[in-house]
This record gives sequence, C-alpha cells and structure tokens, in this order.
Amino acid sequence: MSVIQDQVKSGGYGGQHGPGETNYINHSKGVLSWLLTLDHKRIGLMYMVAVITAFLGGGLCAIALRTMLYLRAAPDVAPITAGTQDLYNQLFTLHGAILVFMFIIPAVPAILGNMILPLMLGAKDVAFPRLNLLSWYCYMAGATLFLYVLLSGGLDTGWTFYTPYSTSTTTSVAAATMGAFVLGFSSILTGLNFIATIHMLRPAGMGWFKMPLFLWALYATSIIQVLATPVLAITLLLLCAETVLHIGIFDPALGGDPVLFQHFFWFYSHPAVYIMILPGMGIISELMATFCRRQVFGYSFIAFSSIAIALLGFLVWGHHMFTSGQSAMANAVFSLITFSVAIPSAIKIFNWLATMYKGSISLATPMLYALAFIWLFTIGGLTGVFLGALSLDIMAHDTYFVVAHFHYVMVGSMLTSFIGGMYYWWPKMFGKMYNETVAKIAWGLIFVGFNLTFFIQFIAGSQGMPRRYADYLPEFAFYHKFSTVGSYVLAIGLFVVLFNWIHSLIYGRKAPQNPWGGNTLEWHTSSPPPHENFHEDPLVTEPYEMRAWDYDESIDGYVFDKDKAIELDQQSHH
Amino acid sequence: MNAHTNDDHGIGHVSPIWMLLGVFALLIFFTVLTVAVTYVDLGPANIWIALAVAVVKGALVGLYFMHLRYDSPFNSLILVGAFLFLAVFIGIALMDTGEYQQNISPPDTVRPVAG
Amino acid sequence: MSSENEHTGDTGHGDNHHPAHLAHHFETPEQQFESGKLGMWVFLATEILMFGGLFCAYAIYRGNHQDVFLYGYGALDKMWGATNTVVLLASSLTMAWGVRAAQKGQQKLLLTMLLLTFMGGVGFMCIKGVEYKAKWDHHLFPGTMNAFYYEGGQPKYPEKLEHAIAYIDGRNLGGEAHGGGGHAPAGHEAGDEAAPQEDSHAVEHDGSQVGDEDARHLGSVSPVIIPAVFGAPADVSTIKPPASPADMGVNDAVIDQAGAVSMPSAQHTQVLWNDLSGAEQKKVHLFFGIYFMMTGLHGLHVLIGMVLIAWLFFKARAGAFSKDYFAPVDIGGLYWHLVDLIWIFLFPLLYLIH
Repeated sequence: MSVIQDQVKSGGYGGQHGPGETNYINHSKGVLSWLLTLDHKRIGLMYMVAVITAFLGGGLCAIALRTMLYLRAAPDVAPITAGTQDLYNQLFTLHGAILVFMFIIPAVPAILGNMILPLMLGAKDVAFPRLNLLSWYCYMAGATLFLYVLLSGGLDTGWTFYTPYSTSTTTSVAAATMGAFVLGFSSILTGLNFIATIHMLRPAGMGWFKMPLFLWALYATSIIQVLATPVLAITLLLLCAETVLHIGIFDPALGGDPVLFQHFFWFYSHPAVYIMILPGMGIISELMATFCRRQVFGYSFIAFSSIAIALLGFLVWGHHMFTSGQSAMANAVFSLITFSVAIPSAIKIFNWLATMYKGSISLATPMLYALAFIWLFTIGGLTGVFLGALSLDIMAHDTYFVVAHFHYVMVGSMLTSFIGGMYYWWPKMFGKMYNETVAKIAWGLIFVGFNLTFFIQFIAGSQGMPRRYADYLPEFAFYHKFSTVGSYVLAIGLFVVLFNWIHSLIYGRKAPQNPWGGNTLEWHTSSPPPHENFHEDPLVTEPYEMRAWDYDESIDGYVFDKDKAIELDQQSHH
Repeated sequence: MNAHTNDDHGIGHVSPIWMLLGVFALLIFFTVLTVAVTYVDLGPANIWIALAVAVVKGALVGLYFMHLRYDSPFNSLILVGAFLFLAVFIGIALMDTGEYQQNISPPDTVRPVAG
Repeated sequence: MSSENEHTGDTGHGDNHHPAHLAHHFETPEQQFESGKLGMWVFLATEILMFGGLFCAYAIYRGNHQDVFLYGYGALDKMWGATNTVVLLASSLTMAWGVRAAQKGQQKLLLTMLLLTFMGGVGFMCIKGVEYKAKWDHHLFPGTMNAFYYEGGQPKYPEKLEHAIAYIDGRNLGGEAHGGGGHAPAGHEAGDEAAPQEDSHAVEHDGSQVGDEDARHLGSVSPVIIPAVFGAPADVSTIKPPASPADMGVNDAVIDQAGAVSMPSAQHTQVLWNDLSGAEQKKVHLFFGIYFMMTGLHGLHVLIGMVLIAWLFFKARAGAFSKDYFAPVDIGGLYWHLVDLIWIFLFPLLYLIH
C-alpha cells in the first residue's frame, strides 16, 4: 500500500509517448550496437532471428522427409527415390536434432522469455546481462557446429545419438555432440539468469504469488535447464570421448554398457521435454487470462503444477527405455511415476477451461492459438498416458504412434503456444499490429494441416508402421500420402505466419501501448519499450486485475486508469 | 589469533582467522583419517566410511569456506537440491544396471547373488 | 555502444547515489552482491550435476565390476593423491583467507592470498602431471592408448599389456608405496604347490575354499596358452593366461564345492590380473577411461579456476576491490572451493579403493 502511494506521489503515469521517443530498437545504431548489446530485448530479437532460421532449416528437412515418403508410395516414380535411404536417415536426424536443440528448447525461453521476463518484473534487465549475451553466442557457436556437421558428411544417428551405432558410424558424431554441448551451455546460462532474475529483481509489492504465471512457468523451466542440461553435457562429452578415444564406457564391444547411455541421455532429455512444453503452458495461462478478461482460475494450482511437472519430470526418464533392456523392476517403477505426470498437466487444462467458463472470451489470434493448444495438448498428453502403460508401449514403441504422440506435444502444443505468444507480444516487441484476417487464415491452415499430418500417424503406428524407416509396405501407402499432404498444408500455414509478421513490420499499423487489455507489467510501458524498459516504475498490482484498463476506440487499445487501479488494489487488500 | 567474530559491515560474513585455520586443521585431520582407514580391512564398510568422511569434509568446506552457514538458506537449498537430484540419477541408474547386469554379461562374469 | 552502461549507472532512475561498481539494473550493492552469489550457486549446481554424470558412471562400473576397480586402482598412487588433497585444501584456505582480506580491505594480504591460491593450483597440476606421466610411461592412457584395450576380443598391444600387468600386479602385491614390479615376499599357500611359476599370484587368499579351488583350476591351465592368447611370447614368470576357461570355472567351483557362495573380492584385499574373469580383464581399460575422464575434467576446472584467480589478482592489483566491492573475489572463491569439494570426493573414490 505504502509502495503504491509513494508511486502516486512520484508523478503522473506513463501514458502515450510521442513518435519522437526513442525505443530499444532505434536507441543506438550499427551492427556492433546489436552484436555487443547487453539489452535483454535486443538479445531476445537476435535469438528470434537465429531460432526462426533454425526452425526454417529443420522444417524444410521435415518437408523433404514427407516428400520422400510420398514418392515411395508411387511405383512409377520409385526410381527417383532409389538409393536415397542414407539421405533419408540424415534428414530425419538433422530434422530432429536441429528442431530439438536449436528450436524447441530455446524458442520460448530465449526469445519471449528474454524479451518479456524483465518487463513483467518491472526490471531494467535480467540479473546478468553479459551472461545473457554469452548465451546467445553459445547458441550461435553451437549452430555453427551443426552447420559444419551438415557440410561435412552429415549425421545419421537420430537426434538421440544412441550407442553403439553412434560410436561406429562414420558421420560427424563428434562435431554434432560438441554442437549440442555448446547449445546446452546457452540453455544453462538462460536458465541461470532467469532464476537469479526472478529471485532478486522482483519489484517491491510483487510477492511470489503476484507473479504472472508465465514467470512461474519460466522459473520451473529454468530449474530443469539448470539441473538436467549438465547431465546432457557430460553425456555428450563421454560420447565424444567414446568416438574419439574409444574409452568404451558405452560401447559393448569394449566391455561398456549401451543401456547406460540411454539412462544418461534420457535423464536430461526427458526433463527437456518439459523445457519444451512448460514455457508454452505459461504463455497459455497469460492468453487465457487476457482474452477471457478474467482472473486465472486456480492461480496457485497452475503455479505449483509447473513446479510439480518440473520435479516429476526427473523421475520418469526410464519410460523411453521400456524395450531397451531396462530391468523389469525399473520398467514398473517408471511406468507408475509416468502416470503421475498426467495429474499436474490435467490440473492446468481444467483450470484453463474453468477460466474460460463465464469469461468474456475474445477470439483474437493469440486466443485461437490457446484454444488450439488445449485441443492438441489434450490429444498429445493423453496418448502419452497410453504410452506410459508398459504393455501398450511394448507394442507401440518405435512406431508412428510414438511419432504422432510427441509431435502433438512438441510441435502441436509447443509450436501453437509459441506462435500464440509471438502474436500476443508482437505489438509490444515491435510496436506494430499485424493483419488479423491473414493471421486467422494462417491459424486455420496450421490447425487443420497439423491434424491432417499427425492424427493419421496414430493409426499408421497402431497398425505397425515403424518410425525412422525410409520405406514401408504397400498397405501403409495411404497413411503416408495423407500425412504428406497434411504437412504441405501445415507448411503453407507457417509460411503465411512468417509473411504476416514480415508484412506487419513493414506495413503494420502502429500498435498502442496495450492492445489486449492485459495488466501484467509489460503492458505498462510503451510499445516498443524504451531502452531502459520503463519511463517510470510501473504500478505493481494483482497481475490479472484488468478492470483498471479501459478500451479507447480512437487508438484501438486500452488506457490505464491509475486511480481506479489503486482503488481496486486497496479493495483487494481489505 | 585475533578473533574478529563481529566485524560484519553489511555485505557478506567475514570469517575470523581462527575459524579458517580451525576448519583447515579439521580438513587435514580427516584427510589423514580417510587414508589411515584404508590400511584397516573393514570389508564393504570401507567405502562407506570413506564417503562419510568426504561428506563431512565437503560440509566443512561448504559451511565455512563457502560461507553457507551465514548465507541465504536458499543457496544451501540449491546445493542440497543438486545433490538430491544427483542421488535420484545415480540411485535409479545403479538399481537398474544392477538388475539387468545378468542379462548383458557373458556367462563367465555372472556372480550368483549372495543369499 | 554508449548506451551499454554497465558501469555508468546513469540511466536516469533513482536519485540515490549509485556507486560506479553497481550495474544500472540493480538498486543496491547488496542486491547485486546477493544476485551474483545466487547466480554462482546455481552455476555450481550445474557443475555438481555435470560431474555427477561421471560419478554415476563410476558408481555403476564399480558397483557391477568391483574387482576391475580393485585391480585398476593399483596403478594410482595413494600418497600423491593425498598430497594433492592437502595442496588443494591449503589453496582453499588461502582463498577463503583472501576473501576475508578483501572484505576487510587489506589489499596486500589479498594479493598474497590470491598468489598463494594460484600457486596451490600450480602445485596441484604439477603433481597431476607427475601422476599422468607415470600413467603414460606404463601405457595406461585411456581408450585406444590403453594397454588393456581389447580389439575383437584380443589385446591390442600384447607387449604393453604384459608390461602393464606386471606393473599393476607388482604394485598390488607390494602396496602402492612401492614402485612398479614389486613382489610379495611370502604367502603362496595354495599357489605355490599347484602353479609354482606364478610368482605374482594372489597372495592373500585367506578364504581356504577360494584358495584351493583357485589353485586347482590354475594348476590345470597350461602356460602354453599364453602365446596363443597374446599372439606373442610372454614372460611366463610374471604373466598368467588371461581370459581362459579356467578363470570362468573359479567362481562356479566355489559354489559347487563349498556349498556356500563367496565373493573372492571380499576375501582378499589385493586383486591380481588372474583373479579377474575373462570378461573383467576386458573391462580394466574402462577403469582408466573413467579415471581420466574424472581427473581430466577436474583438472580442466582447476585450470579454469587458476585463470579466474589470475584475473582476480590483476584486478585486485589495479585496485578494483574495496571493502564495499569485493563480490568477484567472493564469487570466484566459491568456484575454487567447489573444485576443491569435487576433489574431496574424487580422492577417496579413485585412490582409496578398498
């Protein structure tokens, strides 16, 4: 209370800023002012360019894969694809490795987290701006190593680098593992920065339970990044030592234990699945609150379920190894704990649905993505429960059923939440609005295209189509053709999104400070924010108390009524 | 030794010299102890004694040299948390590899389980 | 670039005085200090988990192949390990003392302590170098460089293997204080009568069942196998046939005849080459792989720590630190102590295997 009154005394509230104002984008000029920047917003933008480029690369691999599988189905063109099996192996490896290590893991934390987290805290930057820049350079170094892999004979181990194949193949395993190792550092530095920032730079008046839920999700994500990624680092280091020196720890021919590699790998890579999905869930919580114009239902349940998912995520890695020779006892234990992850995930879904109930829902583009998320994540999550069941997994393991399952989670859910978040914060990041109609058309193409591509893969998988095969029996031709057509629709949708964004940068209408009426602190500064983030310290109240923002038709945005906000805040304290 | 026990001046805890030297003496004592113990055959107990001594030494370093005793408890939580997750990792991996060992080793290495 | 004001603190917020060392996004020096510390602790947690992977590999191989480790550790020198522990502990002391000096603004003492800490790192690396040199001399480097490396079920370097076996067997018999090639003076209760040529065979088989069965089987093995297995003549007086069916028989026989199960490794403290089963013999190089990965990664951290301390030293000499601003010394110190902490666990696990 006293905090608020101090702020009131300190003078008038931000409001609109004239066109002459500098913002973080035009604050200083020249390439070096970007490459040496310590500004979290600029680092976020640099991440955006790099990560979306990686997405394009990994996505094109996917289209090539689907096309190859389509051509297999046509006997008259079969010669075209003859002898391309090695290429196929390389493409699915690069598709997986690039998209996992260079897109899905950094996408939300490194782009939107970097951009929004300090703003949501009313802070001037993350706790360690230099480490933040270092993290981007680590990302670029890792990306360069992957580029080297691409040019030096490729990689055909699958993104999982399973031994003993990875220690015997002649492709660039050492360079790829080093690339992933360096990318891991980038991820660790981001997580470390976020933990310290959330702990140390919360403003006066923002207790843990007044934090926006996106920050809870990023915090949970950071815990995983910090605790799991080092194990990946040592795994990759050992694998590198294995391929270069043949120390033999993972190589059965040398007395080593290949199943141990899987333990090492999945101790990181299962929690990493939650690095991918948790920040997306955080975005959905924000979208639900803003576009239903309601307090999020069950705030603390959603907050704690993020932490619960992060912690439980460390106890289930063995469900990737049910058929790998893992012991029966471990299988049973891991299967049991796997089911328990469904509980916090379902808590989130139910709370979002309850938030929508009687909310005044506006179907803006970000909200459409949130709705798509709920649909896709429910399918992806529930099929995960199927696969957690030991007996069913023995049958479905390494089939397209698994492929469909994790694409529903890692692409369907994560990608929709990422794009939804990008649309939501786009006006804040660039100060430009996008074309709503085109954005909605793109959403439709993505949603339909995605389901066409992957739903049928559940069926193909349950019929026995194994994953990672360049060829298949004739009875699977229909599924593959269908899926490939779907993937084209999905790709077109994604390109329309890209077009929509670029178009907005050039021709977009100037964005108001707050186009959606959200009350988290990033909306309390201009769009785009100034270099130092805020013209004056923002007013910290309940994050989802949106009644103090009034719609102003002349700017097609919301205007803050500070007196009302203070009044509402005082009411909530009495 | 001059014992400045209360010369705090706002930032951080200043460790008195006697404490630093005392901790060092204890660490050396435990190092000698852990080496000495290896000359006595205590069967499987040896490794556990060695690890227990290492934990005590590690705790001394953490609490006094790294100021954890006087620090924000959250820093200790990070350290303990890291060890906890490590224990989960090593524990489960050890349990599982122990279980399946008989399936992967050639017959001449299989040792019957003592029972 | 004028905008990147880490040290200028003049972004126009706060009318309270903003010291030069306070970054613009922090309100108070305490907040900055605590943030730095928290960040370092989180980083140390990542270090612990990274080394944790190696400890996990260690635990799994040691847990499942006890004798391989009991055998391989014979190549390590307990006293060098203990000396290095003391060196590292001492450098931790000087580091902690240096932090104290920094906190109290004792510039000269800080420089001395940082220098001593750095010298501790140098001492540690030198001793490590001496140890690594011994490993190199006896062909015990990891992977394909290791004398115990097998290829297609055959030893890759028969002569080197012979040498390494003699070296480690000798040390295991004579205790780690002896140099290579030491021999036990007495105690060939069973081995003597059945296999007199086995100079270096298990001497402390005090469990008579094991000893007898061992002897019976060992006696039945002809030394003629040696050339066949090694592909080269071997010195029969020091080498016994590895990987022979007889070794496989040892354990089975123990159970069959004694009726009770006994683990040979629990019966005697010194494991010799011939106490290892054929499969275990092929795993000995794994011990060295793990040893070098663990000590190598740790050594790398010592080097990084030394760079850090050198940087602190030069910064301190330039007068960067004061009573009010010593965070880098404190945080750098945390890193150095962690390197020490990891060694505290590495030392007993690698050098004091029992």
